[in-house]
Amino acid sequence: MTCRELTAFIADYLSGDLPPDSKIEFERHLDVCPNCVTYLDGYQDTVRLGRHACDDDDAPVPDTVPEALIEAVLSARSKPSQA
Amino acid sequence: MQSDTHDRPTGTLDETTLVAALKAGDDAAFETLVRTSSHRLLAVARRFARTEEDAQDIVQTAYMNAFRALEKFEGQSQLSTWLHRIVVNTALMKLRSQRTKPEESIETLLPTFKTDGHHAERFRDWSVPADALVQQAETRATVRACIAQLPEAYRSVLLLRDIEERSTRDVADALGLTPAAVKTRLHRARQALSTLLRRRYAADGVTAQDGVTSAGGAASNS
Ligand SMILES: [Zn+2]
Repeated sequence: MTCRELTAFIADYLSGDLPPDSKIEFERHLDVCPNCVTYLDGYQDTVRLGRHACDDDDAPVPDTVPEALIEAVLSARSKPSQA
Repeated sequence: MQSDTHDRPTGTLDETTLVAALKAGDDAAFETLVRTSSHRLLAVARRFARTEEDAQDIVQTAYMNAFRALEKFEGQSQLSTWLHRIVVNTALMKLRSQRTKPEESIETLLPTFKTDGHHAERFRDWSVPADALVQQAETRATVRACIAQLPEAYRSVLLLRDIEERSTRDVADALGLTPAAVKTRLHRARQALSTLLRRRYAADGVTAQDGVTSAGGAASNS
């Protein structure tokens, strides 16, 4: 397996979807290629950071909603809109 | 079954009462709902939208969709969760209607290889462990900014799979793609995000590790 092939398999490897044969080859390549190990680490860090990137959206945030938007929403509802 | 409870905004009615009032068409209840939920929904819409105008548009349409679907709200999930889902779905409808060329410059953010299949670049460790980084609000803001730089076709898949935690099948249906295409896009989106983060943290000197020189180098001599 080359670096190029390994890189293409990363997502499947991490989700456990790689067939056993490929998984063995994948790991065999990692044993001999520190550069791919580093790349894989970076990929996993990226996924982890990505997953938590929006965590703060549940925290109270400063009120950044324009009043005009709120008014528009409220007035749109009061219009007879049943269709 | 205790789901992680979102803090209810203080000073509002409890949710059951609010939902009952909403279903009864109570104007004050609607205003309460909009005023307490819109900032979160706008934050979600901004992730998906290309412009602020689009984001506000999405929120407005989402509320309309929600008002119309209110009868069907059965209180199985929290109102905030339900609204969140409606905003995401509304954003997807908009994305689908705007359809852009998906290949928009992702290539420059993907790793390159020499003809023998080796990486052309020598990668460096990020010296700050991701687990520590995750704790910091500043990091989250940086990661969000990097996600915002991804080409739209990839950004939306990353948001839906890794952040909204929707299934591959669900995303495929929502975007009109095959599951295989969703997987490919997700992988490419993560790779591109990884490149942006690596550049970012390397440029900051956060990872400045001695001994390993230059990222871009290693020109292949055949
Ligand atoms: Zn390798």
